[in-house]
Amino acid sequence: MTIFIPTPLRAFAGGQDTVEVDATTITEALDGLTNAHPALRKHLFTDKGKVRAFVNLYFNDEDVRYLPQKELTPVSAADTLSIIPSIAGGD
Amino acid sequence: MAITTESVALPELTTDDLSRYSRHLILPEVGMEGQRKLKAARVLCVGTGGLGSPLALYLAAAGIGTLGLVDFDVVEASNLQRQIIHSTRDIGRKKLDSAEEKLKALNPAMNVVKHDTMLTSANALEILKDYDIVADGTDNFPTRYLVNDACVLLGKPNVYGSIFRFEGQASVFATEHGPCYRCLYPEPPPPGLVPSCAEGGVLGILPGLVGVIQATEVIKLILGKGESLIGRLLLVDALNMRFRELKLRKNPECPVCGPHPTVTKLIDYQQFCGIVPETPQEANVKNGIPQITVKELKRRIDAGEDVQLIDVREPFEYQIAQIGGKLIPQNDVPQRLAEIDHDREVVVHCKSGGRSQRIAEFLKQSGYQNVANLAGGILAWSDEIDPRVQKY
Repeated sequence: MTIFIPTPLRAFAGGQDTVEVDATTITEALDGLTNAHPALRKHLFTDKGKVRAFVNLYFNDEDVRYLPQKELTPVSAADTLSIIPSIAGGD
Repeated sequence: MAITTESVALPELTTDDLSRYSRHLILPEVGMEGQRKLKAARVLCVGTGGLGSPLALYLAAAGIGTLGLVDFDVVEASNLQRQIIHSTRDIGRKKLDSAEEKLKALNPAMNVVKHDTMLTSANALEILKDYDIVADGTDNFPTRYLVNDACVLLGKPNVYGSIFRFEGQASVFATEHGPCYRCLYPEPPPPGLVPSCAEGGVLGILPGLVGVIQATEVIKLILGKGESLIGRLLLVDALNMRFRELKLRKNPECPVCGPHPTVTKLIDYQQFCGIVPETPQEANVKNGIPQITVKELKRRIDAGEDVQLIDVREPFEYQIAQIGGKLIPQNDVPQRLAEIDHDREVVVHCKSGGRSQRIAEFLKQSGYQNVANLAGGILAWSDEIDPRVQKY
Protein backbone atom coordinates (compact mmCIF):
# COMPACT_ATOMS: atom_id res chain seq x y z
CA MET A 1 0.00 0.00 0.00
CA THR A 2 1.00 3.63 -0.37
CA ILE A 3 1.69 5.70 2.75
CA PHE A 4 1.52 9.48 2.36
CA ILE A 5 4.17 11.26 4.42
CA PRO A 6 3.26 14.85 5.39
CA THR A 7 5.76 17.69 4.94
CA PRO A 8 6.84 17.99 8.61
CA LEU A 9 7.83 14.30 8.73
CA ARG A 10 9.53 13.94 5.33
CA ALA A 11 12.92 14.76 6.82
CA PHE A 12 12.61 11.50 8.79
CA ALA A 13 11.62 9.45 5.73
CA GLY A 14 14.51 10.26 3.44
CA GLY A 15 12.68 13.29 2.04
CA GLN A 16 10.04 11.10 0.35
CA ASP A 17 6.40 12.21 0.14
CA THR A 18 5.14 8.64 -0.29
CA VAL A 19 6.47 5.27 0.85
CA GLU A 20 5.32 1.94 -0.61
CA VAL A 21 5.06 -0.99 1.82
CA ASP A 22 3.91 -4.61 1.52
CA ALA A 23 1.43 -5.27 4.29
CA THR A 24 -1.80 -7.11 5.08
CA THR A 25 -2.96 -4.81 7.91
CA ILE A 26 -2.49 -1.17 8.92
CA THR A 27 -0.29 -2.26 11.83
CA GLU A 28 1.98 -4.18 9.46
CA ALA A 29 2.13 -1.21 7.12
CA LEU A 30 3.21 1.07 9.98
CA ASP A 31 5.78 -1.49 11.11
CA GLY A 32 7.12 -1.67 7.56
CA LEU A 33 7.33 2.11 7.43
CA THR A 34 9.11 2.55 10.75
CA ASN A 35 11.47 -0.37 10.06
CA ALA A 36 12.50 1.28 6.79
CA HIS A 37 12.70 4.71 8.47
CA PRO A 38 13.39 4.23 12.20
CA ALA A 39 13.65 8.00 12.80
CA LEU A 40 9.88 8.25 12.15
CA ARG A 41 8.98 5.98 15.04
CA LYS A 42 9.22 8.50 17.87
CA HIS A 43 7.19 11.04 15.87
CA LEU A 44 4.33 8.60 15.32
CA PHE A 45 4.29 6.47 18.47
CA THR A 46 4.62 6.98 22.20
CA ASP A 47 7.26 5.04 24.16
CA LYS A 48 4.52 2.46 24.82
CA GLY A 49 3.90 2.00 21.11
CA LYS A 50 0.57 3.88 20.93
CA VAL A 51 -0.11 6.26 18.05
CA ARG A 52 0.44 9.79 19.36
CA ALA A 53 -2.74 11.80 20.03
CA PHE A 54 -1.83 14.64 17.67
CA VAL A 55 -1.18 12.26 14.75
CA ASN A 56 -4.17 11.23 12.67
CA LEU A 57 -4.04 8.15 10.50
CA TYR A 58 -6.43 7.88 7.59
CA PHE A 59 -7.08 4.62 5.75
CA ASN A 60 -8.13 5.88 2.32
CA ASP A 61 -10.47 8.72 3.40
CA GLU A 62 -11.54 7.20 6.73
CA ASP A 63 -10.09 7.97 10.17
CA VAL A 64 -8.51 4.74 11.49
CA ARG A 65 -9.97 5.52 14.95
CA TYR A 66 -13.47 5.01 13.53
CA LEU A 67 -12.81 1.79 11.61
CA PRO A 68 -14.39 -1.26 13.30
CA GLN A 69 -11.07 -3.15 13.28
CA LYS A 70 -8.95 -0.02 13.72
CA GLU A 71 -5.23 -0.78 13.09
CA LEU A 72 -6.04 -4.43 12.37
CA THR A 73 -8.07 -3.49 9.29
CA PRO A 74 -6.93 -5.57 6.29
CA VAL A 75 -5.26 -3.62 3.51
CA SER A 76 -4.45 -4.23 -0.14
CA ALA A 77 -1.85 -2.79 -2.52
CA ALA A 78 -4.35 -0.26 -3.93
CA ASP A 79 -5.16 1.26 -0.51
CA THR A 80 -3.57 4.38 0.91
CA LEU A 81 -2.64 5.39 4.43
CA SER A 82 -2.28 9.12 5.14
CA ILE A 83 -0.50 10.53 8.15
CA ILE A 84 -2.15 13.86 8.99
CA PRO A 85 -0.27 15.91 11.57
CA SER A 86 -1.42 19.14 13.17
CA ILE A 87 -0.15 22.21 11.39
CA ALA A 88 -0.92 25.70 12.66
CA GLY A 89 0.66 28.15 10.22
CA GLY A 90 -1.43 30.96 8.82
CA ASP A 91 0.63 34.08 9.04
CA MET B 1 -42.35 31.65 7.96
CA ALA B 2 -38.80 31.99 9.23
CA ILE B 3 -37.59 32.80 5.72
CA THR B 4 -40.16 35.63 5.40
CA THR B 5 -39.07 37.16 8.68
CA GLU B 6 -35.46 36.86 7.61
CA SER B 7 -36.05 38.54 4.23
CA VAL B 8 -37.88 41.39 5.93
CA ALA B 9 -34.87 41.91 8.20
CA LEU B 10 -32.36 41.83 5.35
CA PRO B 11 -30.98 45.20 4.21
CA GLU B 12 -32.03 46.62 0.84
CA LEU B 13 -29.52 46.88 -1.99
CA THR B 14 -28.67 50.41 -3.14
CA THR B 15 -28.33 51.43 -6.81
CA ASP B 16 -24.55 51.29 -6.33
CA ASP B 17 -24.88 47.75 -4.93
CA LEU B 18 -26.91 46.66 -7.95
CA SER B 19 -24.16 47.65 -10.37
CA ARG B 20 -21.25 46.55 -8.17
CA TYR B 21 -22.66 43.06 -7.56
CA SER B 22 -24.29 42.50 -10.96
CA ARG B 23 -22.24 39.33 -11.62
CA HIS B 24 -23.51 37.91 -8.34
CA LEU B 25 -27.08 39.04 -8.93
CA ILE B 26 -27.37 37.09 -12.18
CA LEU B 27 -26.21 33.88 -10.47
CA PRO B 28 -29.32 31.97 -9.38
CA GLU B 29 -27.40 30.72 -6.30
CA VAL B 30 -26.80 34.28 -5.11
CA GLY B 31 -29.38 36.63 -6.65
CA MET B 32 -30.94 39.57 -4.82
CA GLU B 33 -31.67 37.62 -1.69
CA GLY B 34 -28.18 36.12 -1.47
CA GLN B 35 -26.55 39.50 -1.96
CA ARG B 36 -28.74 40.95 0.77
CA LYS B 37 -27.68 38.09 3.07
CA LEU B 38 -24.04 38.94 2.35
CA LYS B 39 -24.77 42.59 3.14
CA ALA B 40 -26.36 41.60 6.45
CA ALA B 41 -23.50 39.24 7.37
CA ARG B 42 -20.95 39.91 10.10
CA VAL B 43 -17.71 37.95 9.68
CA LEU B 44 -14.68 37.97 11.98
CA CYS B 45 -11.30 37.36 10.45
CA VAL B 46 -8.77 36.36 13.12
CA GLY B 47 -5.38 37.48 11.80
CA THR B 48 -4.63 39.73 8.84
CA GLY B 49 -1.55 37.84 7.68
CA GLY B 50 -1.06 35.16 5.04
CA LEU B 51 -4.53 33.60 5.23
CA GLY B 52 -6.28 36.75 6.47
CA SER B 53 -5.10 38.89 3.52
CA PRO B 54 -6.88 37.08 0.67
CA LEU B 55 -9.78 36.18 2.95
CA ALA B 56 -10.50 39.77 3.93
CA LEU B 57 -9.98 41.13 0.41
CA TYR B 58 -12.38 38.63 -1.21
CA LEU B 59 -14.98 39.01 1.52
CA ALA B 60 -14.84 42.79 1.04
CA ALA B 61 -15.16 42.40 -2.72
CA ALA B 62 -18.09 40.02 -2.32
CA GLY B 63 -20.13 42.55 -0.36
CA ILE B 64 -19.93 41.32 3.23
CA GLY B 65 -21.60 44.02 5.34
CA THR B 66 -19.37 43.94 8.41
CA LEU B 67 -15.87 42.52 8.61
CA GLY B 68 -14.09 42.37 11.96
CA LEU B 69 -10.31 42.03 12.02
CA VAL B 70 -8.22 40.85 14.97
CA ASP B 71 -4.48 41.59 14.92
CA PHE B 72 -1.88 43.36 17.05
CA ASP B 73 1.13 43.01 14.77
CA VAL B 74 2.91 45.51 12.56
CA VAL B 75 3.85 44.91 8.93
CA GLU B 76 7.39 43.62 8.35
CA ALA B 77 9.30 43.27 5.09
CA SER B 78 9.27 39.46 5.41
CA ASN B 79 5.44 39.51 5.41
CA LEU B 80 5.14 40.91 1.91
CA GLN B 81 6.07 37.67 0.13
CA ARG B 82 2.51 36.46 0.93
CA GLN B 83 0.44 38.99 2.92
CA ILE B 84 -0.95 40.72 -0.16
CA ILE B 85 -3.21 43.13 1.71
CA HIS B 86 -0.09 45.03 2.86
CA SER B 87 2.30 47.03 0.66
CA THR B 88 5.94 48.01 0.87
CA ARG B 89 5.07 51.46 2.18
CA ASP B 90 3.12 49.86 5.06
CA ILE B 91 6.24 48.39 6.67
CA GLY B 92 6.18 49.44 10.32
CA ARG B 93 2.43 50.26 10.27
CA LYS B 94 -0.14 48.37 12.24
CA LYS B 95 -1.53 45.55 10.13
CA LEU B 96 -5.06 46.59 11.13
CA ASP B 97 -4.62 50.11 9.76
CA SER B 98 -2.94 48.88 6.60
CA ALA B 99 -5.68 46.27 6.01
CA GLU B 100 -8.50 48.70 6.73
CA GLU B 101 -7.15 51.15 4.15
CA LYS B 102 -7.03 48.51 1.38
CA LEU B 103 -10.43 47.08 2.28
CA LYS B 104 -12.08 50.50 2.38
CA ALA B 105 -10.48 51.37 -0.96
CA LEU B 106 -11.92 48.19 -2.44
CA ASN B 107 -15.35 48.51 -0.84
CA PRO B 108 -16.08 51.82 0.94
CA ALA B 109 -19.56 50.66 1.98
CA MET B 110 -18.21 47.81 4.10
CA ASN B 111 -18.08 48.34 7.83
CA VAL B 112 -14.59 47.40 9.11
CA VAL B 113 -14.28 46.76 12.86
CA LYS B 114 -10.71 46.72 14.18
CA HIS B 115 -9.84 44.67 17.25
CA ASP B 116 -6.32 45.81 18.08
CA THR B 117 -5.47 42.99 20.48
CA MET B 118 -4.21 39.46 20.81
CA LEU B 119 -7.17 37.08 21.07
CA THR B 120 -7.12 35.64 24.61
CA SER B 121 -9.33 33.56 26.88
CA ALA B 122 -10.28 36.82 28.59
CA ASN B 123 -11.55 38.64 25.50
CA ALA B 124 -12.42 35.97 22.90
CA LEU B 125 -16.09 35.41 23.81
CA GLU B 126 -16.73 39.15 24.02
CA ILE B 127 -15.15 39.76 20.59
CA LEU B 128 -16.65 36.73 18.80
CA LYS B 129 -20.20 37.10 20.09
CA ASP B 130 -21.07 39.94 17.69
CA TYR B 131 -20.26 37.93 14.56
CA ASP B 132 -22.10 35.26 12.57
CA ILE B 133 -19.04 33.39 11.29
CA VAL B 134 -15.40 33.25 12.39
CA ALA B 135 -12.55 32.64 9.93
CA ASP B 136 -9.38 31.37 11.61
CA GLY B 137 -6.22 32.70 9.98
CA THR B 138 -3.99 32.51 13.05
CA ASP B 139 -0.52 31.04 13.21
CA ASN B 140 -0.15 29.08 16.44
CA PHE B 141 -1.68 26.14 18.28
CA PRO B 142 -2.91 27.94 21.44
CA THR B 143 -4.96 30.41 19.36
CA ARG B 144 -6.28 27.61 17.12
CA TYR B 145 -7.70 25.81 20.18
CA LEU B 146 -8.94 29.09 21.65
CA VAL B 147 -10.81 30.05 18.45
CA ASN B 148 -12.28 26.55 18.21
CA ASP B 149 -13.50 26.37 21.79
CA ALA B 150 -14.92 29.91 21.71
CA CYS B 151 -16.78 29.06 18.47
CA VAL B 152 -18.21 25.85 19.97
CA LEU B 153 -19.28 27.63 23.17
CA LEU B 154 -20.96 30.43 21.20
CA GLY B 155 -22.33 28.20 18.42
CA LYS B 156 -20.50 30.05 15.62
CA PRO B 157 -19.07 28.23 12.59
CA ASN B 158 -15.24 28.22 12.50
CA VAL B 159 -13.94 28.38 8.95
CA TYR B 160 -10.51 26.86 9.34
CA GLY B 161 -7.37 27.00 7.22
CA SER B 162 -3.76 26.27 8.03
CA ILE B 163 -0.54 26.04 6.07
CA PHE B 164 3.01 24.73 6.26
CA ARG B 165 5.63 24.91 3.51
CA PHE B 166 3.70 23.58 0.46
CA GLU B 167 0.86 21.94 2.35
CA GLY B 168 -2.49 23.32 3.47
CA GLN B 169 -5.61 22.14 5.28
CA ALA B 170 -9.11 23.60 5.26
CA SER B 171 -12.42 22.68 6.87
CA VAL B 172 -15.49 24.12 8.54
CA PHE B 173 -15.67 23.32 12.25
CA ALA B 174 -18.05 23.90 15.13
CA THR B 175 -21.35 23.87 13.26
CA GLU B 176 -24.29 22.42 15.16
CA HIS B 177 -23.98 18.85 13.91
CA GLY B 178 -20.44 18.85 12.52
CA PRO B 179 -17.10 18.05 14.13
CA CYS B 180 -14.85 20.65 15.72
CA TYR B 181 -11.08 21.16 15.58
CA ARG B 182 -10.68 19.11 18.77
CA CYS B 183 -12.56 16.17 17.21
CA LEU B 184 -9.75 16.07 14.64
CA TYR B 185 -6.87 16.97 16.95
CA PRO B 186 -7.79 16.15 20.56
CA GLU B 187 -4.33 17.20 21.73
CA PRO B 188 -1.76 19.66 20.42
CA PRO B 189 1.72 18.44 19.51
CA PRO B 190 4.39 19.12 22.11
CA PRO B 191 6.00 22.56 21.69
CA GLY B 192 8.85 22.56 19.21
CA LEU B 193 7.86 19.39 17.33
CA VAL B 194 5.94 21.08 14.53
CA PRO B 195 7.93 24.03 13.19
CA SER B 196 6.17 27.34 12.53
CA CYS B 197 6.19 28.96 9.08
CA ALA B 198 8.82 31.40 10.42
CA GLU B 199 11.07 28.40 11.12
CA GLY B 200 10.04 26.01 8.36
CA GLY B 201 9.14 28.44 5.59
CA VAL B 202 6.00 28.67 3.47
CA LEU B 203 5.37 29.07 -0.25
CA GLY B 204 4.01 32.61 -0.53
CA ILE B 205 1.14 31.60 -2.80
CA LEU B 206 -0.10 28.82 -0.52
CA PRO B 207 -1.94 31.05 1.99
CA GLY B 208 -3.54 32.65 -1.07
CA LEU B 209 -4.91 29.29 -2.19
CA VAL B 210 -6.07 28.25 1.28
CA GLY B 211 -7.36 31.71 2.30
CA VAL B 212 -9.50 31.85 -0.84
CA ILE B 213 -10.91 28.40 0.01
CA GLN B 214 -11.83 29.80 3.44
CA ALA B 215 -13.46 32.87 1.85
CA THR B 216 -15.45 30.56 -0.46
CA GLU B 217 -16.69 28.54 2.52
CA VAL B 218 -17.68 31.71 4.40
CA ILE B 219 -19.73 32.95 1.43
CA LYS B 220 -21.42 29.55 0.98
CA LEU B 221 -22.36 29.38 4.66
CA ILE B 222 -23.95 32.84 4.43
CA LEU B 223 -25.83 31.98 1.24
CA GLY B 224 -26.79 28.55 2.54
CA LYS B 225 -25.84 27.10 -0.86
CA GLY B 226 -23.66 24.27 -2.10
CA GLU B 227 -21.89 21.61 -0.11
CA SER B 228 -19.81 23.01 2.71
CA LEU B 229 -16.54 21.53 4.05
CA ILE B 230 -18.38 20.55 7.25
CA GLY B 231 -17.23 17.02 8.09
CA ARG B 232 -14.48 17.06 5.47
CA LEU B 233 -10.81 17.99 5.70
CA LEU B 234 -9.46 19.33 2.43
CA LEU B 235 -5.72 18.75 1.97
CA VAL B 236 -3.87 20.97 -0.47
CA ASP B 237 -0.47 19.89 -1.78
CA ALA B 238 0.79 22.83 -3.82
CA LEU B 239 4.06 21.19 -4.83
CA ASN B 240 2.36 18.30 -6.60
CA MET B 241 -0.85 20.32 -7.07
CA ARG B 242 -3.10 17.68 -5.59
CA PHE B 243 -6.26 18.22 -3.60
CA ARG B 244 -7.47 15.34 -1.45
CA GLU B 245 -10.23 15.12 1.11
CA LEU B 246 -10.73 13.08 4.23
CA LYS B 247 -13.89 12.36 6.21
CA LEU B 248 -14.12 14.01 9.60
CA ARG B 249 -16.39 12.67 12.29
CA LYS B 250 -17.79 14.31 15.36
CA ASN B 251 -15.97 12.64 18.25
CA PRO B 252 -18.61 11.37 20.70
CA GLU B 253 -16.04 11.89 23.45
CA CYS B 254 -14.97 15.36 22.34
CA PRO B 255 -14.26 17.37 25.52
CA VAL B 256 -15.79 20.53 24.07
CA CYS B 257 -18.46 19.64 21.46
CA GLY B 258 -19.39 16.13 22.65
CA PRO B 259 -22.59 15.32 24.57
CA HIS B 260 -20.74 15.37 27.90
CA PRO B 261 -18.28 18.24 27.59
CA THR B 262 -15.59 18.76 30.20
CA VAL B 263 -14.49 22.06 28.70
CA THR B 264 -17.42 24.42 29.35
CA LYS B 265 -15.51 27.68 29.49
CA LEU B 266 -12.32 28.97 27.95
CA ILE B 267 -9.14 27.60 29.53
CA ASP B 268 -5.46 28.58 29.61
CA TYR B 269 -4.45 27.62 26.05
CA GLN B 270 -0.75 28.37 26.50
CA GLN B 271 -0.68 25.84 29.30
CA PHE B 272 -2.85 23.39 27.31
CA CYS B 273 -0.28 23.52 24.52
CA GLY B 274 2.55 22.96 26.99
CA ILE B 275 3.88 26.48 26.74
CA VAL B 276 4.96 27.47 30.23
CA PRO B 277 5.68 31.13 30.92
CA GLU B 278 9.35 31.61 31.68
CA THR B 279 10.51 32.78 35.07
CA PRO B 280 13.76 34.78 35.06
CA GLN B 281 15.76 31.74 36.28
CA GLU B 282 14.25 29.48 33.63
CA ALA B 283 15.09 32.00 30.93
CA ASN B 284 18.78 31.45 31.75
CA VAL B 285 18.63 27.65 31.67
CA LYS B 286 16.13 25.76 29.53
CA ASN B 287 15.97 21.95 29.76
CA GLY B 288 19.44 21.98 31.29
CA ILE B 289 20.89 24.14 28.52
CA PRO B 290 22.24 27.58 29.50
CA GLN B 291 20.77 30.34 27.31
CA ILE B 292 23.26 32.97 26.38
CA THR B 293 22.23 36.37 25.06
CA VAL B 294 23.67 37.88 21.90
CA LYS B 295 25.20 40.69 24.00
CA GLU B 296 26.95 38.13 26.21
CA LEU B 297 28.26 36.22 23.20
CA LYS B 298 29.54 39.44 21.59
CA ARG B 299 31.26 40.43 24.83
CA ARG B 300 32.95 37.07 25.10
CA ILE B 301 34.08 37.00 21.47
CA ASP B 302 35.43 40.55 21.84
CA ALA B 303 37.25 39.50 25.01
CA GLY B 304 38.98 36.77 22.98
CA GLU B 305 37.34 33.89 24.89
CA ASP B 306 37.43 30.50 23.23
CA VAL B 307 33.87 29.89 21.98
CA GLN B 308 33.03 27.23 19.43
CA LEU B 309 30.00 28.70 17.60
CA ILE B 310 27.99 26.11 15.65
CA ASP B 311 25.35 27.26 13.15
CA VAL B 312 22.70 24.54 12.69
CA ARG B 313 20.65 26.31 10.00
CA GLU B 314 20.37 25.18 6.38
CA PRO B 315 22.98 26.17 3.75
CA PHE B 316 20.57 28.54 1.97
CA GLU B 317 20.02 30.42 5.24
CA TYR B 318 23.76 30.62 5.75
CA GLN B 319 24.01 32.27 2.34
CA ILE B 320 21.57 34.99 3.41
CA ALA B 321 23.20 35.86 6.71
CA GLN B 322 25.79 34.52 9.11
CA ILE B 323 27.59 35.58 12.26
CA GLY B 324 30.78 33.56 12.03
CA GLY B 325 29.51 30.17 13.24
CA LYS B 326 30.60 26.88 11.68
CA LEU B 327 27.74 25.58 9.51
CA ILE B 328 26.51 22.08 10.37
CA PRO B 329 22.81 21.83 9.35
CA GLN B 330 20.71 20.31 12.15
CA ASN B 331 20.04 17.00 10.43
CA ASP B 332 23.78 16.52 9.73
CA VAL B 333 24.87 17.04 13.33
CA PRO B 334 24.59 13.35 14.39
CA GLN B 335 26.95 12.28 11.58
CA ARG B 336 29.34 15.20 12.02
CA LEU B 337 30.00 15.14 15.76
CA ALA B 338 33.71 14.59 15.03
CA GLU B 339 33.84 18.19 13.80
CA ILE B 340 32.72 19.55 17.17
CA ASP B 341 35.48 19.66 19.79
CA HIS B 342 34.46 18.01 23.09
CA ASP B 343 36.96 19.96 25.12
CA ARG B 344 35.86 23.44 24.10
CA GLU B 345 32.69 25.28 25.03
CA VAL B 346 30.01 24.94 22.34
CA VAL B 347 27.46 27.67 21.60
CA VAL B 348 24.77 26.55 19.15
CA HIS B 349 22.77 29.06 17.12
CA CYS B 350 20.05 29.10 14.44
CA LYS B 351 17.65 31.76 13.17
CA SER B 352 15.64 32.39 16.33
CA GLY B 353 16.84 29.87 18.93
CA GLY B 354 14.38 26.94 18.53
CA ARG B 355 16.35 24.48 16.41
CA SER B 356 19.61 25.32 18.18
CA GLN B 357 18.01 24.54 21.56
CA ARG B 358 17.10 21.02 20.36
CA ILE B 359 20.57 20.44 18.93
CA ALA B 360 22.18 21.77 22.14
CA GLU B 361 20.07 19.22 24.08
CA PHE B 362 21.18 16.52 21.65
CA LEU B 363 24.86 17.47 22.08
CA LYS B 364 24.50 17.38 25.84
CA GLN B 365 22.99 13.88 25.59
CA SER B 366 25.87 12.93 23.31
CA GLY B 367 28.36 13.71 26.05
CA TYR B 368 29.26 17.36 25.49
CA GLN B 369 29.64 18.91 28.94
CA ASN B 370 29.76 22.57 28.08
CA VAL B 371 26.95 23.47 25.65
CA ALA B 372 24.91 26.69 25.49
CA ASN B 373 22.15 27.96 23.21
CA LEU B 374 22.21 31.42 21.68
CA ALA B 375 18.84 32.88 22.74
CA GLY B 376 17.03 34.68 19.90
CA GLY B 377 19.55 33.44 17.31
CA ILE B 378 20.66 35.45 14.34
CA LEU B 379 17.53 37.63 14.47
CA ALA B 380 18.48 38.87 17.95
CA TRP B 381 22.04 39.44 16.72
CA SER B 382 20.69 41.59 13.89
CA ASP B 383 18.43 43.53 16.29
CA GLU B 384 20.87 44.06 19.12
CA ILE B 385 24.42 43.76 17.79
CA ASP B 386 24.74 44.34 14.06
CA PRO B 387 21.81 45.53 11.89
CA ARG B 388 23.92 44.79 8.79
CA VAL B 389 23.25 41.09 9.42
CA GLN B 390 20.40 40.50 7.00
CA LYS B 391 17.09 39.42 8.57
CA TYR B 392 14.96 36.96 6.66
